[in-house]
Amino acid sequence: MQAIEKSEVQKLIDQFLNEDVYIHIETTNGAYATHNDPSFFNASAFIRNARIRYERGNITGDGPFRVGLKMELGWIYGEGLTHYELDEQGRLLMAGLDHTGKLAIAFEISRTPFE
Amino acid sequence: MIENERHVLVVFPHPDDEAFGVSGTIASFVKQGTPVTYACLTLGEMGRNLGNPPFATRESLPKIRKTELQNSAKAMGVKDLRMLGLRDKTVEFEDEEKLADLISEMIDELNPSLIITFYPGYSVHPDHEATGRAVVRAVSRIAKEERPKLYCVAFSNNCEEELGKPDIIHDVSQAAKEKLGAIQAHKTQTAFFYDNMAKRLEAKDPDALKWLQYERFWTYKWND
Ligand SMILES: [Zn+2]
Repeated sequence: MQAIEKSEVQKLIDQFLNEDVYIHIETTNGAYATHNDPSFFNASAFIRNARIRYERGNITGDGPFRVGLKMELGWIYGEGLTHYELDEQGRLLMAGLDHTGKLAIAFEISRTPFE
Repeated sequence: MIENERHVLVVFPHPDDEAFGVSGTIASFVKQGTPVTYACLTLGEMGRNLGNPPFATRESLPKIRKTELQNSAKAMGVKDLRMLGLRDKTVEFEDEEKLADLISEMIDELNPSLIITFYPGYSVHPDHEATGRAVVRAVSRIAKEERPKLYCVAFSNNCEEELGKPDIIHDVSQAAKEKLGAIQAHKTQTAFFYDNMAKRLEAKDPDALKWLQYERFWTYKWND
């Protein structure tokens, strides 16, 4: 993965417009957040292989970045994105790594289901 | 003092769960000729360390961690490593009866005299808790007098308060090299820990030396 270049990622998001794609989204503070700091309220979400279709997709912000996908009946968005890669299977893998390099969010788009 | 065993079965959900506090015990059993089976439920797909700068992605991480797990098994001398194909962070949502069936099958096949897993209620991560519960459920199916010993790892903030001091202390100083090797094998997850520990060991930090030499377990307390 490399640091996000906004215009590059915008092009990649546009590649998947108006076709069935599979989405992986997760946010995380790590399972030990509350163990390490009892005052920390831990919350996260995870979805893998939701099949969706979007008619508009945008990357915004100055870094960390936000990505939003507009679907016929709703929206998907993520924030805190810092890195990306178009992998050898043509999947757009975006991630947000915190100040220590730990993953805080993953946002991925693929034409085939994630294994 | 490490008691002699017929066969040891270790059950954890994540690659690297064995590394920090059990690898010395595993390597010690292997050294004294005791067969050890390590069953690892997931490939740690949800690990947060992708390298800094990142050399892995969310999708390539499981492949890397699988190799790391195999390297760790090699470092400890474990010949029977089993990867059970569940997914990280989802273990607690599986059917616990079926999970216990998986464990029961291994118990029937291997006839272990000792099983090592996490202590339910005292092991922090939901996958640790679910794994410990499934193992306890599987072992509870066996008549009380025929059950293998069950040593548990616990590290929640309240564990000593509620469980008391660990009743099993293994001196694993003969397996220090293997223990460090197992930790080093899980590079993506342990690089920071390892470098820091290596420095402390070199400086003869008493806590670090103690960590290297001793491993602690709680014998599971049955209600029946
Ligand atoms: Zn774990």
